Amino acid sequence: MITPPVVRRNTPQRYRLEANKCAKCGKVFFPPRLVCDACRGRKFAPVTLADTGKVVACTVIRTPPTGFSDLSPYCMGIVELKGGTRIQCQIADCEPERVKIGLPVTLEFRRVQEDGESGVLAYAYKAVPAR
Amino acid sequence: MRDVAIIGIGMTDFGELWHDSLRDLFVKAALAAMDDAGIAHLDSMYVGCMTPGLFTGQEHIGSLLADYLGQAPVPATRVESACASGGLALRCGFFEVASGASDLVLCGGVEKMTDVSGGRATYALATAADQDYESFHGVTFPGLYAMIASAHMAKYGTKREDLARVAVKNHANGLLNPHAQYRMPVTVEQVLSSVKVADPLNILDCSPITDGAAAVILCPADKAKKLAKGRAVKILASAHATDTIALHQREDLTWLKSTAVAAEKAYKMAGLKPADVDFAEVHDCFTIAEICVTEALGVVKRGKGGEAVRSGYTARDGKFPVNPSGGLKSKGHPVGATGIAQVHEVVTQLRGEAGKRQLKKARRGLTQNMGGSGGSAVVHILEVMR
Amino acid sequence: MAGIVGYGAYIPRYRIRVEEIAKVWGADAPSYKKGLMLREKSVPAPDQDTITIAVEAAKNALKRAAIPPAKIGAVYVGSESHPYAVKPTGTAVAEAIGAIPDCHCADLEFACKAGSESMFIAFSHVKSGEMEYAMGIGADTSQGAPGDALEYSASAGGAAFIMGTKDVVATLDVQYSFMTDTPDFWRREYMHYPRHGGRFTGDLAYFKHVRGGVEGILKKSKMKPKDFRYCVFHQPNGKFPTRMGKELGFTEEQYRAGLLVPTLGNTYSGASPIGLSAILDEAKPGDRILMCSFGSGAGSDAFIFTATARLPKIQGRARKTRDYLDTNPVYLEYGAYTKFRRKILKNVED
Repeated sequence: MITPPVVRRNTPQRYRLEANKCAKCGKVFFPPRLVCDACRGRKFAPVTLADTGKVVACTVIRTPPTGFSDLSPYCMGIVELKGGTRIQCQIADCEPERVKIGLPVTLEFRRVQEDGESGVLAYAYKAVPAR
Repeated sequence: MRDVAIIGIGMTDFGELWHDSLRDLFVKAALAAMDDAGIAHLDSMYVGCMTPGLFTGQEHIGSLLADYLGQAPVPATRVESACASGGLALRCGFFEVASGASDLVLCGGVEKMTDVSGGRATYALATAADQDYESFHGVTFPGLYAMIASAHMAKYGTKREDLARVAVKNHANGLLNPHAQYRMPVTVEQVLSSVKVADPLNILDCSPITDGAAAVILCPADKAKKLAKGRAVKILASAHATDTIALHQREDLTWLKSTAVAAEKAYKMAGLKPADVDFAEVHDCFTIAEICVTEALGVVKRGKGGEAVRSGYTARDGKFPVNPSGGLKSKGHPVGATGIAQVHEVVTQLRGEAGKRQLKKARRGLTQNMGGSGGSAVVHILEVMR
Repeated sequence: MAGIVGYGAYIPRYRIRVEEIAKVWGADAPSYKKGLMLREKSVPAPDQDTITIAVEAAKNALKRAAIPPAKIGAVYVGSESHPYAVKPTGTAVAEAIGAIPDCHCADLEFACKAGSESMFIAFSHVKSGEMEYAMGIGADTSQGAPGDALEYSASAGGAAFIMGTKDVVATLDVQYSFMTDTPDFWRREYMHYPRHGGRFTGDLAYFKHVRGGVEGILKKSKMKPKDFRYCVFHQPNGKFPTRMGKELGFTEEQYRAGLLVPTLGNTYSGASPIGLSAILDEAKPGDRILMCSFGSGAGSDAFIFTATARLPKIQGRARKTRDYLDTNPVYLEYGAYTKFRRKILKNVED
């Protein structure tokens, strides 16, 4: 859903990769959580994820959902960022078929969705092949 | 807890059923199950349905369906766990009977998916993924399973052809199922050259968009023999487990932990080992899913799911038949109905009523129904009652 | 002394060649290429706009400045293609780089001059001591009507500059602005594409105002063209800034580094700021730089900078402008270009 409250609520994560880290066991969560799934700890410290990593799984989306057809075909991937946290995002600025597991990537700020012609715009990270 | 048995089953044909509404589908399946059980009234009912609101605009379907089934004012509950909604509805009914609260409980599943465009159906299904951290970025369900496939192929050397063989096997089975949506044989070459959906998955690796409903009638096992006239099937185990719904948050992308945990609990509850089960109906929403599920169920070792289909181990005439009904792949996948339709097939096989697709050895069967990319899984083990 | 403490640019990866556009409109590509001194232009991907370009340029500037983003007191973004007609671009940039909430923010529009305006205002805040750091950005996904001469040049890119008084990499020595009310190029409210006065945009608009800006700042600073190692003027095409440079007494040696337009196109508000970023990528301590923007409407902002000993230390901290321009471009055909630029009428998706 692309509505003003949803866009605003996700902004710290989507714009700045803000995560949190369990004060007890050190596990990092993105998005931040209120309870640690490893040790059930409830105290956390804010951390920011690295903006570089590597592809650990990928696919080329050829039947895109509504709102993504201008990009089709595009690559979706699971990226393991430096530090070990995994995120899921598009891998842009590439030939989708040539993206392979292990590809080093960096994250860039992109427009990911928009609410039709007149609604709000939603921005977030996409991965691009590292230089 | 009381032992619980299934004494009646019913389902609609699966397919693009332009003339049937959500309520029509459900009532047809429910009446068939009630007629099969020879009963006219229910104490209670549970209906698995993933998202009637997004597919048809209708919520509050528990009451609606009880009313149109002519059973109001019985309690009627809609159960939701994405594509595992049907399996979970059975589990809810199982507990109601096992607890002694009710004797005659209908567990059904329904999904009416073709009233909306393909784009809206894709959107509705994608609500089973993490909206803010998966769907937001443009992933689809074929895309999520394709990423599982890419990880499985990289980790275990699973071949593209192995994925295709799941479709070939299940279409061969579905050919013999009069309820199946796609009753046509396919070859490995046809799968490999079919339209690309999400690499490496092609359209013939994907289960279709389907309308359909299925229902079963539960009662206490001690009353089942008399009611079902020797056709009763006992529920040996009912288990459910969860996992992160976001695929990327799992330690091992190839391992369906919720299925593994639910299976382990089910085997324990039934006092059985995987080898004690004769066959299974599993959640092959995509070809790769069946490969991963057979591993998580302990039917084959980790990483050997591709080999199992390649060697014929999971074929209808193999050592451990998987999806004799044709699976979601050929039979169709009306998401909320799927979990109950799996039970429908296992009961049919256990009763020896599967006709041309009847398995030689069918004393105990297992169903595995999965939500999303594996965020939930429900496993049941059924046994024919002597 | 006030000056630039960090800078960064961003250019999308996609390109379209002049020939590809010319063949659709039956135009003669060689004469366009010669007349505009332009071979190709950058094209934004469907997921890129002025906000995303400004954010990436700002992140590069921040990498070079290596200052805490919370210390940036203002973010100004100049553009004629702000993604929203109402709702700021600058807030998104400030949020993305972590400059919120103690931050002043404004979006500027003055045709191609909005970028240098944002720099001008940012300088004022740090010079006055009101703020420790302030950021000025020029970025655009420029508009050009299909078939119009502008379609061959209107491109995408941007550059960001963090101004401050500590650890300066290029001091701001003199600044000067020149303007009149001249209707040479405009876009009315609710219109998709800008219109322009054709040949009128030359002598009475571009040349008059760039000349006014450069001659004014030379007079104010008591300097001559030979006092500069580098110069960069607004670059709507290759011909205008080259001719302007020669007329004003500058040599190719001086304008070569900042002249990106032959393969970048006209990034409108980003044009002279990106040129400056490319100069800063290679300038050495003591090098003096003259920049003069131009914006239709019309006016120019001129600046004189001197590179400090710190500049070489930060040049390599972020990707260089020429690297964005020259590495791995992806060439589009006109069909994909029109899809990327949303020039195709489609059904509302269901």
